[in-house]
Amino acid sequence: MSSDIPDASDVADAADGADATGPPTDEPEANDSAVEEAAKHVPAGAPPLRVEGLVKRFGGVTAVDGASFEVEQGSLTGLIGPNGAGKSTTFNCITGVHEPTAGKVYFKGEDVTGLEPFRMARKGLVRTFQIARELEEMTVLENLMLAPKGQIGESAIRSVTPGLRGAVVEQETEIRERAWETLDFFEIDHLATEHAGNLSGGQRKLLEMARALMTDPEVVLLDEPLAGVNPTLEEKLLDRIHRLREDGYTFLLVEHDMDVIMNNCEHVIVMHQGSVLAEGTGDEIRNNEQVIEAYLGEDI
Amino acid sequence: MSDDSARSSETEAPESATAALIDAARRSDLGLVLGTLLAVYLVAALLTFTDGLNSVVGLMRTLTFLGLVYALAALALNLQWGYAGLFNIGVAGFMALGVYTMGIVVRSPDPAFGPPGFGLPLPVGIVAGMLVAAVVGLLAALPALRLKADYLAIVTLGISEIIRLILQSSAFDNFLRETIGAGTGGGSGMGMPRNPVRDLFLVDGQAGTPTALGDLVFGTVGESGLGIANTILIDWAYIAVLAGFVIGFFVLLERLGRSPFGRTLKAIREDELVADSLGKNVDLIKIKVFVIGCALMGLAGILWFGSQGNVSPTPQFMPVLTFYVFIAVIIGGSGSNAGAVLGGIVFATVLFEGPRRVGASLRDVIDAETPPSFADALVTLDPTAFLAFATDNIAPLQFVFLGLILVFIMHRRPDGILGDRIETAAAVDLSERPSGGETDE
Repeated sequence: MSSDIPDASDVADAADGADATGPPTDEPEANDSAVEEAAKHVPAGAPPLRVEGLVKRFGGVTAVDGASFEVEQGSLTGLIGPNGAGKSTTFNCITGVHEPTAGKVYFKGEDVTGLEPFRMARKGLVRTFQIARELEEMTVLENLMLAPKGQIGESAIRSVTPGLRGAVVEQETEIRERAWETLDFFEIDHLATEHAGNLSGGQRKLLEMARALMTDPEVVLLDEPLAGVNPTLEEKLLDRIHRLREDGYTFLLVEHDMDVIMNNCEHVIVMHQGSVLAEGTGDEIRNNEQVIEAYLGEDI
Repeated sequence: MSDDSARSSETEAPESATAALIDAARRSDLGLVLGTLLAVYLVAALLTFTDGLNSVVGLMRTLTFLGLVYALAALALNLQWGYAGLFNIGVAGFMALGVYTMGIVVRSPDPAFGPPGFGLPLPVGIVAGMLVAAVVGLLAALPALRLKADYLAIVTLGISEIIRLILQSSAFDNFLRETIGAGTGGGSGMGMPRNPVRDLFLVDGQAGTPTALGDLVFGTVGESGLGIANTILIDWAYIAVLAGFVIGFFVLLERLGRSPFGRTLKAIREDELVADSLGKNVDLIKIKVFVIGCALMGLAGILWFGSQGNVSPTPQFMPVLTFYVFIAVIIGGSGSNAGAVLGGIVFATVLFEGPRRVGASLRDVIDAETPPSFADALVTLDPTAFLAFATDNIAPLQFVFLGLILVFIMHRRPDGILGDRIETAAAVDLSERPSGGETDE
């Protein structure tokens, strides 16, 4: 199997200016951006994701307290920290689930602070969930086919009008093919017609990642993709992440397992009590006094 | 109607000839619906054949009409609740809006009885009825859909009652008459415009002057032929029109469901945050589907109550009507359009109309005095007296029956009749991998 499968280089015409600057319209665009194409549009020096002084308070509790970091183009960046360090809240602030109390989020240099999750996804930033949120009563294939951007059939009128439905069916055929290829890539093609609710925990994690990739993202935020996954599957997932990274995808990975982060991420961000405690390579982090202190009692 | 969506039933081998027949019928939606109707007709014929052909055809007419109008309402609700999970408890209100708007637009400006209208053609009235239902649905949806599902339920229930009470109000009637020159008729309601189907058979709808078609039909099977009342025949012609609308609703909703649009609806029903995180504008899609559903409810209201001669807000549009429609969707299996049609027919015939008819027929056979109270019926220890009491009080007992059936369904088959089927949410076949799509693995 070739490693370039989940992209959609056949549908060129990438994220053009309108997509990046204008407010995303509710009418889906006809073409999806291919990853390689879109990457060219990143202004030189603007990282795909930058967080600046992010603060999020829930009532009296400050979950994130001035976190700042960058995720480099094409990197696999790890985000670690003890429980309650604010990793998930940071994720939620970046993806628009929570509106940050203060601070900025930049996507490819553009201020996207507080944009709704669907607008972030349309821009090319997609996330997976800590506890897999498969759509139980939909089949695996339907789960995947839901994701692609710019589906013309999402317009109710196009879906029912006899003259216009032809184009919808045509696009559906393409999307179905891509969905099958993505299922192949994650080796869950034998589950295609299964209801997602019948999948095992590990298979759900694979499905989540496959579904996220179907949106043609540039940056993928993975919230503990390996939690509760057996070692064989873990290896498989990590292998897929590395292969996708070689294709130009950027990953930000939240994970509890230190070894996973240290062995796989070239750049590690450590969060503690809502802010960034340290940044650097795995080795730098391993030997950082502050980090050891924060994790006192934990073996890193 | 499509028959490729019943694949799930193919796995088990049928045990007997009856099971095989039922299995075959399950594979075809149309077969299923027609089979159910035939079974209903059979029972109706058994109940009334002693009273002659006219009674048989008359009962069949009543049952078919109710079955089809409930099917229409259930289909509209299935789009909102079955597909998108929007808990709209205001079905009665949106149907009332449709039929009242149609009445106001079409009624003569200078009627002999009742409130004046605008005197516009019927098609204009129908479109206006759907539009008003849609706009009110939009106004309700804008704030309510941003809240959690429970709030939408409360808001829609409230709106439905507000609509009914406003239509009931003579102050609102007077206000409308003074401002726009048309009224609602308040508590006494309004007469509906003449059904155009009637004009096909009778010149100007007058009973004594049949048209050429009327002459032909009345002469062969009608009062001058086989002896079926002419009004029943005209009703049957309208039932054919209703059947056309049911098919229209069905095709429309199937196409909506089997598309990327339907896929996002399903995703929203399952998990809004996932749909949102995958780039779907959840709020907008919810508003769209709510408005479409409300417009269809308005149309269902027009086709149902617009053909009944007279509408009045109470008791026709009490919230219980909404719950009946919900029961129809639940019985059929929420999320399945064929299930909604089937649920509408089963609810209206077996659960709603059936007990009364069967009860009345039984009462005729029972040779006993009806005891004056339930206690008396019990202490006589005479089963016939008890049965006489029960059949005489079938209307209230019917609701006990309805409750029991619902409990039974919820317990034994919570998905309804067809709720366990896989309704594909795509414009293409997803059952197997298309050939030629193999990769190099």
